[in-house]
Amino acid sequence: MVERRHLLDVDHLNRADIESLLDTALSFSEVLKRPIKKVPSLRGKTVVNLFYEPSTRTRMSFEVAAKRLSADVLNFSVSASSVEKGESFKDTALTLEAMGIDAVVVRHPVAGAPWLLSRWLKACVINAGDGMHAHPTQALLDLFVLRERLGELEGKTIAFVGDVLHSRVARSGMKACSSVGMKVILVAPPTLLPLKLPHVDIYHDFDRALPLCDVLYMLRIQKERQEEGRFPSLEEYTRLYQLNMQRLRWAKSGVVVMHPGPMNRGVEISSEVAEAPHAAMTAQVSAGVAVRMAVLFSLLGGAEGSESIA
Amino acid sequence: MRALPELLIKGARVIDPFRGVDEKLDVLVSRGRISKLGRRIAAEGREVIEAAGMVLSPGFLDLHVHLREPGREDAESLESGLSAALRGGFTAVCCMPNTQPPLDNAPLVEALHHKARGLRLADLFPVGCISRGRQGRELAEMALMHFSDAAVRAFSDDGDGVTDSGLMRRAMEYATAFGGVIVSHPEDPYLSAHGQVNEGSVSQRLGLRGITPLAEEVMVARDLLLAEATDCRLHLAHVSTERSVRMIREAKERGVPVSAEATPHHLLLSEEDIESYDTAYKVNPPLRSLHDLEALREGLRDGTIDAIATDHAPHTLEEKEREFDYAPFGVVGMESAFPVLYSGLVVQGHLSLERLLELLTSGPARVLGLEAPAYGEGIVEGARADLVLLQLDKEWVLDAFSFASKGRNCPFHGRSVRGGIFCTIKNGAVFHGPLREKGG
Repeated sequence: MVERRHLLDVDHLNRADIESLLDTALSFSEVLKRPIKKVPSLRGKTVVNLFYEPSTRTRMSFEVAAKRLSADVLNFSVSASSVEKGESFKDTALTLEAMGIDAVVVRHPVAGAPWLLSRWLKACVINAGDGMHAHPTQALLDLFVLRERLGELEGKTIAFVGDVLHSRVARSGMKACSSVGMKVILVAPPTLLPLKLPHVDIYHDFDRALPLCDVLYMLRIQKERQEEGRFPSLEEYTRLYQLNMQRLRWAKSGVVVMHPGPMNRGVEISSEVAEAPHAAMTAQVSAGVAVRMAVLFSLLGGAEGSESIA
Repeated sequence: MRALPELLIKGARVIDPFRGVDEKLDVLVSRGRISKLGRRIAAEGREVIEAAGMVLSPGFLDLHVHLREPGREDAESLESGLSAALRGGFTAVCCMPNTQPPLDNAPLVEALHHKARGLRLADLFPVGCISRGRQGRELAEMALMHFSDAAVRAFSDDGDGVTDSGLMRRAMEYATAFGGVIVSHPEDPYLSAHGQVNEGSVSQRLGLRGITPLAEEVMVARDLLLAEATDCRLHLAHVSTERSVRMIREAKERGVPVSAEATPHHLLLSEEDIESYDTAYKVNPPLRSLHDLEALREGLRDGTIDAIATDHAPHTLEEKEREFDYAPFGVVGMESAFPVLYSGLVVQGHLSLERLLELLTSGPARVLGLEAPAYGEGIVEGARADLVLLQLDKEWVLDAFSFASKGRNCPFHGRSVRGGIFCTIKNGAVFHGPLREKGG
């Protein structure tokens, strides 16, 4: 993860790295407001979206980002069912390498798969989500939105609410928020929380945490967690942890509501909240393109061999 | 391999845990047996191994190896596995029955036993299944395996815990009829489900699913209760946690007929060594915390743990070189065991050489109730010449690609170690260890 050629997680980005990436993203977000939303920065470069998990949103976001930078984009989706009988991950990687691609954007259900790719390939590897491990571009785009909405982030409080244990979004988000000086709290039943972490407060009672937060980050709850016995029913979960208008009233007036998508309306978040002015979900999507442009540009653009982001 | 009519091992420090011998002696081997011990035996034209500065021990016994035959001979075979044993100093090994098909019947264990004898490598003591087909539902024909030519004395569904407590109780009761040892793979699959590494700081950091120590401890506790109630000889395989060690210690104090083994990797590596997603460190039970590692070492010193066993588990490169969740659990261990244990425990002052040798010879023999002539005659005139000569001062680098095993999945690959196998002598025949291959 130390290599400067790849973006595997946010661990090795310090505050200055993050801020410079967000500044780059800001200038790209201005490009995206122009009538001709395209710059020639990565002309002649080839980016492959290698997706072992279905994800229309993230893949499209990376595809648009690369195209806005004039890179050539290939999409390669591998269904989970064909993994066992199909070509090995290593052979797929070596095939891409042999085609001379410049960057691989990888989404994989197994933690560490991007790390493996970074060991096998000379190309840049960008982690677009691996297992329960990391989702660094999501964390960066979330910070981009928060900077837009809240200005200075130092000292602000963000709560990740819901299935923190299985969430790569929360895992990378917590690290990124801490490194820009935000306070992180977690709200979830004990069965959906990771082990105790230093500097992170834990609340099982959402209503007690609500008034403390500048940001409420709602995580997607998956039905299979109920089947694993981590909570008794979606109804009970909804009663205890859904962000609805009633709860929103207890929150700070300027609270920002976020969600990585896709939302389960009526479960972790009510439809009214999803469309309330506090909600930043569409801003997250727009920021996604600009931030991913910044990441691609930082890794692939500029002079050969120059150091870029972590 | 060279069958020698007469061989003189000169000047070694002879340490025999079976007889409490520790002195400098010359050892003469004739026609596969130790024919003479003495302070000074003249060479008289015999083949001589100059062993001054080396240690001569009875050949080691490994209670826990996976030789993959029948079914996965691409990963290991009797021939490659038993050659690896000799290269690692083991003159006898117990192979686990989780083969394809599993070793759950007398004809199969007999066939394996006879094939191994024909190879004239290390001795093989097959472990039989507890349950038919290793399915955990009904008992396998344990007594028929016991009374077969293979003389199976230990039974295990290793690879999986026996989750049906009623079946485990019956297995223990039944095994007392013929003195069988029940070897428990203590793992509650409901607690370990989908886990990849120890549940703790590393599972957290790497985003891998954790295996809680409780998955082991719950079953250790259950099996200790069952052994106490049935008075069956219970052996706990690859113990890895502090609480397991503590429960075993307490059970032994109460007189429960229990023994336990620990592996070199659990004694020398912890979850802290898993910096990245290198599947060479993926093993079950998982590498635990430093706190657990210390407790295991204390267990070696105070006798709570009776034996060191490698849980040698070869896998092909292509099986291991893939996404972490998809790679199989297991590390190879027979050819790295002594050098890593000596370097990591003895040289570092955590364990005496004498205790280490007990844990590799007389300790495991007691676990199985093995006695001469099957194993453990010791270094005495008339005994079978099953010996290992250890060179302790040599610094060298472990290379998994030089192993006789087909497995390369060794977490110690590339490590600098001190001490190793100079040669192993089995029935009087000399098999070179890595240090003799290197030209001494």
